[in-house]
Amino acid sequence: MRISVREWTAKGDPYVWMNAGAVAVSLVMVIGLLALIAGRGLAHFWPHAILEADYLNQDGKSMLLIGEQVEVESVPADQLRSGGVEVPPGVNFMDRWLIKTGNRDVLGADFRWFLADNIRNIRYPEGLMTLERREWGDFKGYLLEVKEGDTTVASGEAAWDEFLVRLDRALDLYDQIHSIEKTEIGSINYTIERMRLRERKLELEGEKTPQAMADIEAIRAEENAKYENLQQDLIDLYAQINRDKIVARAMNGDEVEIELSKIVRAFRPNAMGIGDKIGHYFSKIWEFVSDEPREANTEGGIFPAIYGTVLMVIVMSVLVTPLGVVAAVYLREYATQGTLTRIIRIAVNNLAGVPSIVYGVFGLGFFIYFLGANIDDAFYQEALPSPTFGTPGLMWASITLAILTLPVVIVATEEGLARIPRSVREGSLALGATKAETLWRVVIPMASPAMMTGVILAIARAAGEVAPLMLVGVVKLAPSLPLDGNYPYLHLDQKFMHLGFHIYDVGFQSPNVEAARPLVYATALLLVIVIALLNLFAVGIRNHLREKYKALEM
Amino acid sequence: MSEMTSSSAGEPRGHAIDISAIERAAEDRTLDDETVALTVKDLKLYYGEKEALHGIDMVIPQKRVTAFIGPSGCGKSTLLRCFNRMNDLVDSCRIEGEIRLENMNIYQKGIDVADLRRRVGMVFQKPNPFPKSIYENVAYGLRIQGINKKRVLDETVEWALKSAALWEEVKDRLNDSALGLSGGQQQRLVIARTVAVKPEVLLLDEPASALDPLSTLKIEELIHTLKNEYTIVIVTHNMQQAARVSDYTAFMYMGDLIEFGSTNQLFTNPASKQTEDYITGRYG
Repeated sequence: MRISVREWTAKGDPYVWMNAGAVAVSLVMVIGLLALIAGRGLAHFWPHAILEADYLNQDGKSMLLIGEQVEVESVPADQLRSGGVEVPPGVNFMDRWLIKTGNRDVLGADFRWFLADNIRNIRYPEGLMTLERREWGDFKGYLLEVKEGDTTVASGEAAWDEFLVRLDRALDLYDQIHSIEKTEIGSINYTIERMRLRERKLELEGEKTPQAMADIEAIRAEENAKYENLQQDLIDLYAQINRDKIVARAMNGDEVEIELSKIVRAFRPNAMGIGDKIGHYFSKIWEFVSDEPREANTEGGIFPAIYGTVLMVIVMSVLVTPLGVVAAVYLREYATQGTLTRIIRIAVNNLAGVPSIVYGVFGLGFFIYFLGANIDDAFYQEALPSPTFGTPGLMWASITLAILTLPVVIVATEEGLARIPRSVREGSLALGATKAETLWRVVIPMASPAMMTGVILAIARAAGEVAPLMLVGVVKLAPSLPLDGNYPYLHLDQKFMHLGFHIYDVGFQSPNVEAARPLVYATALLLVIVIALLNLFAVGIRNHLREKYKALEM
Repeated sequence: MSEMTSSSAGEPRGHAIDISAIERAAEDRTLDDETVALTVKDLKLYYGEKEALHGIDMVIPQKRVTAFIGPSGCGKSTLLRCFNRMNDLVDSCRIEGEIRLENMNIYQKGIDVADLRRRVGMVFQKPNPFPKSIYENVAYGLRIQGINKKRVLDETVEWALKSAALWEEVKDRLNDSALGLSGGQQQRLVIARTVAVKPEVLLLDEPASALDPLSTLKIEELIHTLKNEYTIVIVTHNMQQAARVSDYTAFMYMGDLIEFGSTNQLFTNPASKQTEDYITGRYG
């Protein structure tokens, strides 16, 4: 028996099993992580049924309860007793339900706990509806009538269809208003601000000639005229959108009037078939990835955060790649290999181990307060005292992360350069190429897959960083996207939103914890997907380059 | 496949070797009759403290094939790499003495090494094509010189590939990767690449040692045609090869040039005992 164990060991089986086991554990952990955040995050968008029930209050009175069941929890009876709830003796644990009642404006809170024992007569009437509103969260209750101005247009059963038609119209109008306010008026404001800055600049330079001022005034007048037109359009649109409203009854019996302009989406989950529910589900997911956030980031989408993350990573890659490659080429190809280069290499490798928040502090102290302030003094005098680059923004965030990821690119590039066979370099030199020509025409193209590996690692690291970004440019809500239709299109000085920070903000800074929780998971899932996509893109480029330069087996 | 067809096409040239061997034997030239291409004077080479070449003196005749033979580590490749200053790439390498190319000491200060290497081209032991297309491989040296005119490049590429007896095999796939060629084709491509910059001297460092016998034969035929245009210096392990392709042969041993003379004489009637021992296979 002993000998057979030894044979078994000698054949290497235990090591194979051990290695396979390690791989299996890693796989299970990764899949488990993804499954957890996907399950928790994606379930949020499903139209859950709304229950209606009678609830027996503490004082023995019955009240109507309307809401979605979110969670069931078992609590020790003692805890309830100390909270002043009457619990019959002999009971040790009681179930309680977390119910999303919505109607924050009427009831004071979106989510409330109810003791399961006191919930009676649970039913799911089809007439119950959920309204997603632009403020005050969801409304849950019964639609009573639809009004145009003060006259009732429809009531009872017919009201729902009429309501949906009118809601579509209101949403259309809202889109128009939004587009005018955001894009067109935004662009006018931007131009007017540029004119103000130009005037100030001319003033500072002492070149405020009547000719130049006339030009500026002409543009201003033109923009103002445009603005007046748009303003008129807006007044019309607002008059139209405010035409309709509905009357609805909430769970406490209050009848409330809700303007259609305040409603984003209306649905009756209990009346929906499975097809409707799936459609609703995907439209919610689409809203999540393509829309702007509402209500302190707990509702709506996270498009600006995706946009900011991707843009920041791209700008970072554009900065870090040339810098890292040039540094690696110098270290490997030109510098005399000795103590100094060894020290530099050790230093570079150690940079990779510095906590990222330290880079954030460095970025804030050096880039923003020192470099940025000096840039403002030198080039953006006209905007002072409000800073242009002397404040956190996209450029500084990208540069800070570029420095953070620089070691990865340097190390990967150096390894790539070291792997280029000597014979190829000699071949080029023997044809009369100089060292630089050999480098740029043969060596660097051949080392490019290794450089891409460095960039892939850099992207993976940068896209997941949050801590330094909080200091150098990320905000919880950015008013506009850093890349838009206004000249010069890419606004490197602007603050931006980021998925990683969004998770932190929604998860820890949100006033509405219960509403935010599923969004934390959903956003985390999206962050993973975005990073995976960015990586796949870079891997695609690398594989293409590898295919092109697969000479290394020589 | 293409190897096979082209080798049968190259049959007459194999015949040509034998004729020239007869011619050579009849002629029985000596070094004194030749125009000199390269002169080596008291060349010493050190790797760090170690002296690897102990004062070599020799002349390389123009438009002839000179072979360096000798056992491994005797310094024949090192000497060859002195002719285009490839040894500069080795940090610890130091050189004394001089090598003259048309009265210019290639080791004097202020020499443009890139220019020297254009005049003295080199082909290495293992084929080392660049990971580019066949066309771009041949055009590489020209592009380095700043020649980018399509017409000039096209003509030179065709001419160089024809010189290297590769044109017929690759003319339909010039834009394919050079790495898809066979080893023998790659080595001829590298020769074409070197020829394309029109060097005066061709250094061949064991050009056939990594190739199969058929490809070796082709390279040898190629050397034979190229010697009409270029001064060729070839390092080889293979004494039959040296005897087949070269006009003059140098035997080196332990960093010394033992004997240098016409191939015919060195192989039939060596002056030195060491040479005789080596060519009869008694050591090395």
